[in-house]
Amino acid sequence: MSTDYKTIARNGLWDGNIVFGQLLALCPLLAVTGTATNGLGMGLATTAVLVASGLAVSALRGAITTEIRIPAFVLIIATIVTLVDMAMNAYLHDLHKVLGLFIPLIVTNCAILGRAEAFASRRSLPAAGFDGLMMGIGFTLALVVLGAVREVLGSGTLFSNAALLLGDGLSWLEIRLIPDYDGFLLLILPPGGFIVLGFLLALKAAIEARPARTGTIDEAHERIQQVFTAGALLPGAGQRGEGT
Amino acid sequence: MSPPTLVSGPHAHSMSTVSRAMLLVSLALTPATALGCYLFGWPAIFLFAITIGTAVGAEALCLRLARRPPARFLLDGSAVLSGWLVALSLPPWAPWWIGVLGGAIAMVVGKHVFGGLGQNLFNPAMVARIMLLISFPVQMTAYVAPAPLGAPGAPGFLDGLAITFGLGGGATGGFDAVSSASVLGHLSTELGRGASLEAIRASGAGLVELSLGTVAGSLGETSAALLLLGGLLLLVFGVINWRIPVSVLGTTAALATLFHAIDPSRYPDAAFHLVSGALMLCAFFIATDYVTSPVAPLGELIYGAGIGALVYIIRTWGAFPEGVGFAVLLMNACTPLIDHLIRPRIFGRSRRGKPLTLPAAGDSP
Repeated sequence: MSTDYKTIARNGLWDGNIVFGQLLALCPLLAVTGTATNGLGMGLATTAVLVASGLAVSALRGAITTEIRIPAFVLIIATIVTLVDMAMNAYLHDLHKVLGLFIPLIVTNCAILGRAEAFASRRSLPAAGFDGLMMGIGFTLALVVLGAVREVLGSGTLFSNAALLLGDGLSWLEIRLIPDYDGFLLLILPPGGFIVLGFLLALKAAIEARPARTGTIDEAHERIQQVFTAGALLPGAGQRGEGT
Repeated sequence: MSPPTLVSGPHAHSMSTVSRAMLLVSLALTPATALGCYLFGWPAIFLFAITIGTAVGAEALCLRLARRPPARFLLDGSAVLSGWLVALSLPPWAPWWIGVLGGAIAMVVGKHVFGGLGQNLFNPAMVARIMLLISFPVQMTAYVAPAPLGAPGAPGFLDGLAITFGLGGGATGGFDAVSSASVLGHLSTELGRGASLEAIRASGAGLVELSLGTVAGSLGETSAALLLLGGLLLLVFGVINWRIPVSVLGTTAALATLFHAIDPSRYPDAAFHLVSGALMLCAFFIATDYVTSPVAPLGELIYGAGIGALVYIIRTWGAFPEGVGFAVLLMNACTPLIDHLIRPRIFGRSRRGKPLTLPAAGDSP
């Protein structure tokens, strides 16, 4: 099987984006995207797991038999997630406290098992690693965009607590965009996550549908009428229509 | 000969159109709205205009995005009515952006993301009210005592502008507002502090003031009597039927009577519940929304009873003093289920969907 890296990249970032294309991993998505920083941290952790599990599954694809592949994949993913969890606890302790429960829960993230089953277990090592990286970046982008929209509208800041994740050198990222802002509380709450996700999905659909502009409903109605009246004037069409 | 125009059935028309229903509902809402605008003065009038204006603007924008003909859908009056109902549920001196957000949320999130009129799962006006209440609890519970137009101490035209647009600084534009708790809020707070019901009721508004509407509260929901009048008009003109209003009010009244009988010192009686808060507005104008209520008669009764019970439960044991918005949204969510379980009988078929057999000619007694 030939490996088309451009297709893999496009699939991971846009067409088959874990969130905006496949609508997977919505639980961590809605839970942690109250701020852009949390989204970025969660996205990077998931990316690490995706790349490592993709490589491991691809490397072991000859050794794992079909019958026991799912438990084997879960074992591999759980091992990697545990490593990531412990590493974050050690080196990014404050962020780990914020993301808390959701880091171990990356194990149950259906997108990761999905990539292992659908892609990594059938492809070469570099392709599987690249796919994991692209899927991870796509997921991270989705989390950051959703987190940023919710954070700006919900509390008027952007990348608050970025220093927790990226170190004090990047504390300039923390911006208060709207001073004296009480906050649109609902957008920080989970229902706000659903609502913002819905609008972002609509935006993606609108971008994809842009070249194929169609007319208004009235124009469509006129076209249908023309077809019908044209059909009625054809010889024999009338009899066929009356029978039904 | 020109080809015949395609016209779909039904060909006999009752002249009952969306615009006619919306016009009649607007007319029925007018007395209570006029009283609200009079009692709460210029700020209330500005807020009312802003909310409706935004709702119509948001509807036009959504229709444009959906590439639908704007004129046909804008002129049916549904956007005006939704904006109107949102405005009635807002505190009358709320800042302008509450009205703008309310109108926009009702139209965009409440209605058009589902596909426009007739497609929405939830009542747009209540979606807007609840989203605002959860997001901005301070502004959404800042009730003021009535200050009728022209009365001494009431804000004039310019003061009204300052209050609504926050020009003078501070929450009320520098104007000395007489802030006041709504009667349900007062009851909830005082009961929480351990005061007895008699003392609270004596210090708050009486039943007559509550019925007339000369109390603190949302813009258009204070006057139970005028809302009842409007609701009766809707019944007379056949815009709504009796089932939903009667089951909403009946269930709340029955629960209130029951608990009042058990412990009169803690649970207020049915009359208090009926005339306070948004219950009248809800029973006649909000719960009866065609789109979000069940179609079968029995379904309507269940839906109304559910709203009435939830209103009583939230008012009595909930964290919020008023539960009308939550009750309506929860029962809206149940409506597809009710419609699935209780279907109207199809004409010519039995309740189980079997075709009815006609008795043979000459056979019947």
